[in-house]
Order: sequence, then C-alpha cells, then structure tokens
Amino acid sequence: MLLIPCPHCGDRPEIEFRNCGEAGIVRPTAADDAAWTAFLYLRSNPRGLHAERWRHVHGCGRFFTLHRHTVSDRFESAP
Amino acid sequence: MSRLPTGGRIDRSRPLQFSFDGRQLEGFAGDTLASALLANGVTVVGRGTKYHRPRGILTAGPEEPNALVEIDRGGGRREPNTRATMQPLFDGLVARSQNRFPSLRFDAAALAGLAAPLLPAGFYYKTFLSPRGWHHLWEPVLRRLAGLGRAPDAPDPDRYANRYAHCDVLVVGAGPAGLAAALAAAETGERVILCDEQAEPGGWLLSDPQESIDGQPAWTWLDDAVATLRAHPRVRVLTSTTAFHYGLQNFLALAEILPEGSRLRERLWQIRAKRVVLATGAIERKLLFHGNDRPGAMFASAARTWLNRYAVLPGRRAVLAASHDSGWQSVFQLQDAGAEIAAIVDWRAAPPPPLLEEAARRGIEVLAGHGVTALPDGMLAMPRAADGTLIRNRTRTLFCDLVLMAGGWTPTVHLFSQSRGRLRWDDAADAFLPGEPAQNVVCIGACRGTDDLAACIAEGQAAGAGTSLPPRVQRAGGLAVRAAVTGADGRSFVDPQNDVTADDIRLAVREGFRSIEHVKRYTTTGMATDQGKIANMVGLAVVADTLERAIPEVGITTFRGPYTPVSFGTLAGRHRGVLFEPIRTPPLHDWAAAQGAVFEPVGLWQRARYFPRPGEDMQAAVARECRAVRGAAGIFDASTLGKIEVVGPDATTFLERIYVNALANLAPGRCRYALLLREDGCIADDGIIGRLAADRFHVTTTTGGAASVLHMMEDYLQTEWPDLRVWLTSTTEHWGVIAVQGPRSGEVIAPLVEGIDLAALPPMGVACCTVAGIGARLFSVGFTGERGFEINVPAGHAPAVWQAVLQAGAPHGITPYGTEAMHVLRAERGYIIVGQETDGTVTPDDVGLGRLIGKKKADFIGKRSLDRPDMRTTGRRQLVGLLPIDATVPEEGAQLVIAPGSATPLGHITSAYASPTLGRPIALGLLQSGRVRIGTSVFALGSTGTAAPVKVVSPMFTQPAGEGENG
Repeated sequence: MLLIPCPHCGDRPEIEFRNCGEAGIVRPTAADDAAWTAFLYLRSNPRGLHAERWRHVHGCGRFFTLHRHTVSDRFESAP
Repeated sequence: MSRLPTGGRIDRSRPLQFSFDGRQLEGFAGDTLASALLANGVTVVGRGTKYHRPRGILTAGPEEPNALVEIDRGGGRREPNTRATMQPLFDGLVARSQNRFPSLRFDAAALAGLAAPLLPAGFYYKTFLSPRGWHHLWEPVLRRLAGLGRAPDAPDPDRYANRYAHCDVLVVGAGPAGLAAALAAAETGERVILCDEQAEPGGWLLSDPQESIDGQPAWTWLDDAVATLRAHPRVRVLTSTTAFHYGLQNFLALAEILPEGSRLRERLWQIRAKRVVLATGAIERKLLFHGNDRPGAMFASAARTWLNRYAVLPGRRAVLAASHDSGWQSVFQLQDAGAEIAAIVDWRAAPPPPLLEEAARRGIEVLAGHGVTALPDGMLAMPRAADGTLIRNRTRTLFCDLVLMAGGWTPTVHLFSQSRGRLRWDDAADAFLPGEPAQNVVCIGACRGTDDLAACIAEGQAAGAGTSLPPRVQRAGGLAVRAAVTGADGRSFVDPQNDVTADDIRLAVREGFRSIEHVKRYTTTGMATDQGKIANMVGLAVVADTLERAIPEVGITTFRGPYTPVSFGTLAGRHRGVLFEPIRTPPLHDWAAAQGAVFEPVGLWQRARYFPRPGEDMQAAVARECRAVRGAAGIFDASTLGKIEVVGPDATTFLERIYVNALANLAPGRCRYALLLREDGCIADDGIIGRLAADRFHVTTTTGGAASVLHMMEDYLQTEWPDLRVWLTSTTEHWGVIAVQGPRSGEVIAPLVEGIDLAALPPMGVACCTVAGIGARLFSVGFTGERGFEINVPAGHAPAVWQAVLQAGAPHGITPYGTEAMHVLRAERGYIIVGQETDGTVTPDDVGLGRLIGKKKADFIGKRSLDRPDMRTTGRRQLVGLLPIDATVPEEGAQLVIAPGSATPLGHITSAYASPTLGRPIALGLLQSGRVRIGTSVFALGSTGTAAPVKVVSPMFTQPAGEGENG
C-alpha cells in the first residue's frame, strides 16, 4: 500500500485517497469535435513519470497533483 | 522408534498424543508434525500428484514439497495442504495423508508411474487442446489423480485478526545474522520488529549446536540473545510469523500463526518499516539422480535439523550424495549419533582434502567423481563420465535406508526480489544474489551468500547499526549446479510435487520453449505450493544445460508473493459475515424490521422492499401497497436519498454549470427535477434541487450516487471553477426523509404541519415549517405520479414524526410501502431510475427528458458532447413503454428484436413489473428509434431463447393524477 504525500496532511496511506486520473487535461471552452474528443478520451499512459490527480477523499478532501513513476510507483517532484 | 535418548530442543517432560492416518502416535512439545512422524519411523507421508509415487519428508522447513497433510481440528477446522515440517505438534492433533487412493500404502494410481511416458511435459496442454470431446474422457480421471487435498466443507469457525505496525527496523529471519542485527539495532535506540517463520527463533543455529559464537556454545549465545531481545522494551519478537509479501515503500505483510488453543488462529501484520534487514537464509538444492524422490531421500541439512533440534535419527544406514562441501558435516554428525555411513558419493573428482582426511579418519568410504542411481533397497554408485553420465559397467552397491542430498545452496532472495531489488548472478556463490536494492533494505547472512557464522554475525551487527556491510564471506564450495545436472538421469525428479523430471524439461526445450517463463508454465516446474523453492534453480540449470547457455543468460522467473501459502482466513481477518462490509440503515430501519419488512441491499444500505401481511407473497404485498398509494395514501422511507447542501453567493451559477437545467429562474420556495451529465453527455445522476434562499439549495441525488455526485461537484469546484464562492456539505445522514404519497397525502399531513399555509404550497414547492412539532423541510414532490410530500426532519426525530404521520393517516388508510412498490409506481408513470433505464450511454433526449436542458445556458457539464454527431444522429435507442401481449412479466435484460428469428438486437428491456394499476405486465425499454416505433410490435428475446411479442407504447402508462416532478 502506497504512502501518498498529501500537500495538506502529509504522508497518508493509499486507502484514504482516490485517484482522479491524469493531471493537466484542460477543459476546452470552445473546441471542434476532434479537440473535444481528445479532451474526453485521450490520455497519455506513459511508462515513466506520470502527472496525476489525487483527492484525499477520506481526509482533507482536497484535490492535488502528484508525479508518480509508473514503473517504480515512486512519487517524485515535477520534471 | 528413532528418537535419541538425549539432546534436541524438545521438552521430554511433555509428551503429546497425535494420530496420522488413524495411527495413534506420540511426540513431544517442541516437535513439528514431521519430526514426530520421523521419530515414530513414519517415512511415507504422501504421494506425488501425477505418478502417485510414494513420497517422504524431503526438508525440515517451509520449502517442504512432499509432506503436505490434512489437519483436522474438528468442527469445520479441516485444513488441507499443511506442511508437516511447519506444523507444531499439539496434543490431540489429527493428521491425514492426502492425494492417495484408496490408501497411502497401496495407491491404485501409482501404476501411472509405470506408464510414465504417457504423461510427458505439457500433457495437460496437449490433452486439453486436442480435438473437442477428447478431454471429456480424461478430465474426470485427471481431476481425481491431480487433486491436492480436500477443501474444507464447513465454514471456518475460528477467529482471525489483523494489525498495522510501524517500526524503524524490521528484521526478517531470526537466525544468527538476524538476531545480531536486531540486537545491534535495539542498541541504537531504534524500534525493532524481528520475525521468524519458525516457532522458535534461532534459524540454522537450532540445527547446529556444535558451533560456537564469541567463545560460547551456539545455544548459550542463542538463548542469551533471545532473552535480551524479548526483554527489550523497543523490540517485538514475532515467532511462527512469515513475512510473505514485500510491497512498496517498505510495507510488508506477515502471517502470524498463534499457538494452538489461542483465541485467535492467525493474525495478519501489515508493517511499515523505515528500513528492512532481510536475513532469510538459504535453501538447500537437490541433486538429480534416478530415485531422488524416494522416501528416505532428504536434504543433508534437514537430516542435521532432525538430529540436533529434534533428537531424531532419520535413518540407520546413510549414503551422502553430494556435489557440495556442506553435506559432509551432516554425515559426520549422523555417524557420531550412531548411524552407519555406507559411503559418501561426491560428484566431484577431488573434494577438499580436509573433508577427505576427516572421512578417512572416521573410516567412511568416499566415492569421489561418482554418481548414484536407485535400487529397491539402496543405491548403486557409479563413476561419472566427463559428460556427466554414469559409467554403468563399474558399479558399487550401497545398501541404505537414508540418502542425504547436498547440492549446494540457493539464497532465499524472494522478499528482496519482491521489493523490486535486482538479482545478479554470482559465479563463486553459484547463485543469484541480491544486487542493487530498490528500497531501503539490506540482505545479510546466507541470503547474501555468506556461509561463515562469524561473518553472518558481523554482517548482522553492521546491518543493525546501519553501517556498511563487510565483504561477503564464503567458505564452502561445490560443483556448479549447471555442471551437476549435466548428463543427469532423465527420470530424476526436478519438481517432486508437480512430478516434473529432467526429461520433461529437456523435452520442453526440444519442443522449442526457450524462455524460462515458458518452460516453467509448460512443464509446471516450480508451480506447486512450494512456489519453486525446491525446483526452480535445478530446473533452470537443466534448461541452461540443454540450451548450452550460461544460467544468467537464461534468466530467472519472477518472484511473486506470497512467499509461502497464506490462508484465506488470515487475509480476510474480521471481514466476514456481517463485518464483510459496512451496513447502512436508515433511521426507520428498526421500525420496518419490527413490522416484518423484507429488506434488500441498495449499495451499502438495507432498504425495506415490501411489508408483507400474513399470507401475502411479494406480488400480493406490492400490489396492495401500490393500490393504497393510488387510492388513498402511502408512506415510504426515502432517507437513503443522497443530499447535498449547496450554499454561497455563487451557488446558482455553480448549479447551472453542474446540472443541465436552467436554475437561475428557480424562485426560493420552489424545486425542480434535474439531470446531471458526465462530460461525455450521458446521464450520471438525477435528483431534486430545492431552493431555500437566494444562496442556499437543498440538492438530492440517487441513493447510490450520493458520494460520487459530491465528489464530482467538489472536483469542478476545486479545480475548474475555484473562483466560485460555493460550499458543499453532505447532509445525507442528517435528514430523515418521510415520503407521504397519494391523493389523500395532503389531508394526512395537514393536521401536523405548522408555520406555513399547506394549501398554499404549490406542487414542486419547498418550505421550512414544523411537522409534528419538529423543524422540517417540506417538499411537495413525489416519485409516484401522485400528489405527495417528502418531509425532511433531523434523522433522530424521524421515527417520532413517522409515528405521528402514521397515526394521522390511519383514518385515511395510510399504508407503508417499500422500494418494490416505489419501483412499480414510478414505472407506471414512466419515470426513469438512473442505473436501470440508463447505463452510461444514455442522453437526456434518449429518455425523453431533452426538455429539461436549459437552452440558453452558455455551458454545463456535458453540453458540448450533446453536439457531437453521434449524439444527434437518428437511430439512437430511446426510452419506450412495452406492453407484453401475453400475461407474463418479461425478463429485465431481455433483448428486443424485430422478429423472433432476428439476431440483431434493437435494444433491451430495462424494467419490467406486474402493474396493479393496469392489471397487466408492463415494461420499460431502450429501443432503437423507439419513439418512431410507438404503435408497432417487437419481440422480447429472453435468456431461455423464447421470443415474446410486445407492443411499443409511450412510457407514460398512466396519466398523472396529481403532479409529478417530471412535469
């Protein structure tokens, strides 16, 4: 079980959190069909450092972004 | 009896009675089942899975592949596949051998051994891939032959628990290195947990009392070390506790087996350690020769354990088959204990001179450069040729009842590998050793390839203190495992539990399998319950030898947890029965239970489904409840609805962006049925939005959607529109909700309502008032198509208000109804249930609710997606009503087709009920271009394959008597 560094509460066990998918996906205000489809469905799924959103749902309730290495599962600072 | 008169770590003052296959036997406290069986001269303990050859006890530890027995503690406590080497003996233990038919002594299937060529590697794959029908012939036979133990047939009555713990240092393995590490770490002031799978700490020291440490006899040092650790305030010593999983961030899982008679049977420990010291030791390797699976063939190290720890002489006349120095000492000790030594057969042409000199001094014959093959009552020793084969014209017959195998050592790197540390091949150690770690972990002692006792202690001291390790020390040596398997007899068993021979592996390689992962799966080498502890290295050597490649070029299979088998009870802990998951009950649950309600689970909630009267079945009860609501008044516990208080100056703006509806024009005191979409334009949830004030809304969600809707709202509020001044609070459990529905609902509640003019409360209105003296939010809404109210009161007051409403409604015939009647009533009116009529692909227009969308709004979640071509296309599946032509209620989930023989589904039935109001079955469904098809007929194709005609109609089966929220 991962220890996840919540920026508000510190290291807390994984079961207190909910993963909310890739971070940095911008919700377009005006978009053609292709751009909107990309917003809805296209994600990067990298092998390596992955920016992802988490919510400390059973803690402070805040959303935040972490960078996790998808091979080692280590949290690292932003590239 | 083979028990020696003195010695060992058993308690001779405490004899214990036990039985094996019905035989009454005796052992001592401190015995394992295996040592007690050997002490009683029991040498055959099971049979192999494939050939059913008789098998004896091979090892003295957790790697045991043969001595798997069923332990029966009575009352459902029947546990298969218990390793006899790890089962502490207790008084009254009942053990049975497994995998034999009809009995251990005579096994009919052992004849399969005679037919060995019929069952080569990949037999199962080939059999089950062969033409259809063929496996029907084989399967029953194979199932009988290949079974391993009997699953228990009664619920486990024992208690299990789990604990979390944190420590500075977790030391796995309480052998000399681990003990030294724990002592040193405790000295530095760190919190230490030391665990060991054995019932007693000491590791290999328990088997080797002749050694000395710091000038003391080994057992004196051991007893002092254990006493010091047990008394230390910062040290926890866990025995009979196996670290079986090494997860991320030094999070390890341990299975503790408590002593027989404890309140708990097993306990799962989940430990987070700042650093981990692995002192997990090493496991001996078997040698490949014909007959190496016979009862009486065992690891040389195991023999030393039986002798020294349990005072058991495992045989009278022994042969050592060795390719490594380490076995010689075992033979010398057996001789000292009174066993005859028939010969030492060493694969190597030139064993080390000191060993040869000691053997000569003892008068033990040494056959160097020889190998062995089995005879019915002994072994045949023959010289090994340069290619490893045996030269059969120069044989020596060696009568014996014990064959000790010493094939070198495989460090127990399982946990290190699970921690994602890299393994590296080391030629000198002839093994994979721990390499670069991925976490804060260090390996010491035999797990690191060190075999010198003083060096093990020095490594432990360094690891415990957190300083760098001294260089690895290796004193014993042997023939490389790859060279030792060269030319080995094809009938030699590599994996004795899965009955894989050297020839099976060679065949797999000849058939084209190159990857060790593929060979493993094709031959099942190392896939038995010992997880390859016995077979993997030797099997790998055979593959390397056959491919003529070096072992590191072939690679190694992945180590995965658990290190040893873990019972489901340990993993489940207390999460069984009513504690399996939380149960949520609404405030009126106790009242409903007292009325004899039948409940159904809805998410974690228990909801009253219907209230049967004596003699009523579900259909009769539901029909009566429905008629009461349509004809007079019904009362319903709607407390499980999700509720969110949305407050703030920007609350209207926020809700307009979240829901599809226009809400800016919703006046305080009014409410509106609203739809929530996902960004892809499909319906996510629905509910009622009530406006209490300009900046305050009472929003309801579906019962199942409460948490996810709040999560979604928070997501947008925190990350998309952080500028909005809005606060969200879940109030689901704060409000008890009493729905009063039916034409007389107003009359029922009128005497109870104070503070407002009830007659002035319009349909789809909300007001703060008191009901039966309790402060309430009163909504004039319903989900039945009748005039109705939902009375929200603080949950603690709900039972009292419920009673008051019941009393006030009694003259009007008020009737409690459950979720089933609620479903029927809403379906008669064509109201959807999110998750039943919708499945994540359904838009508002699909279910006929396109009119709810606020046309002038610039944006809301999902708006852009509704403009995508696929969402606007014709031919989407639309909500329709369906009237079956015959009188049976169709199946929910039945496919809708245009004609009975059609294989093209046009949709499916989402809900189906017997409608008491209409006196006929009704159904809702999603049907391609459904609204155009109204008036036509389609067919409902059920799971039985029968197609029943249904008429397509409007989903509004009944016209509203009062006003529903969909209006």
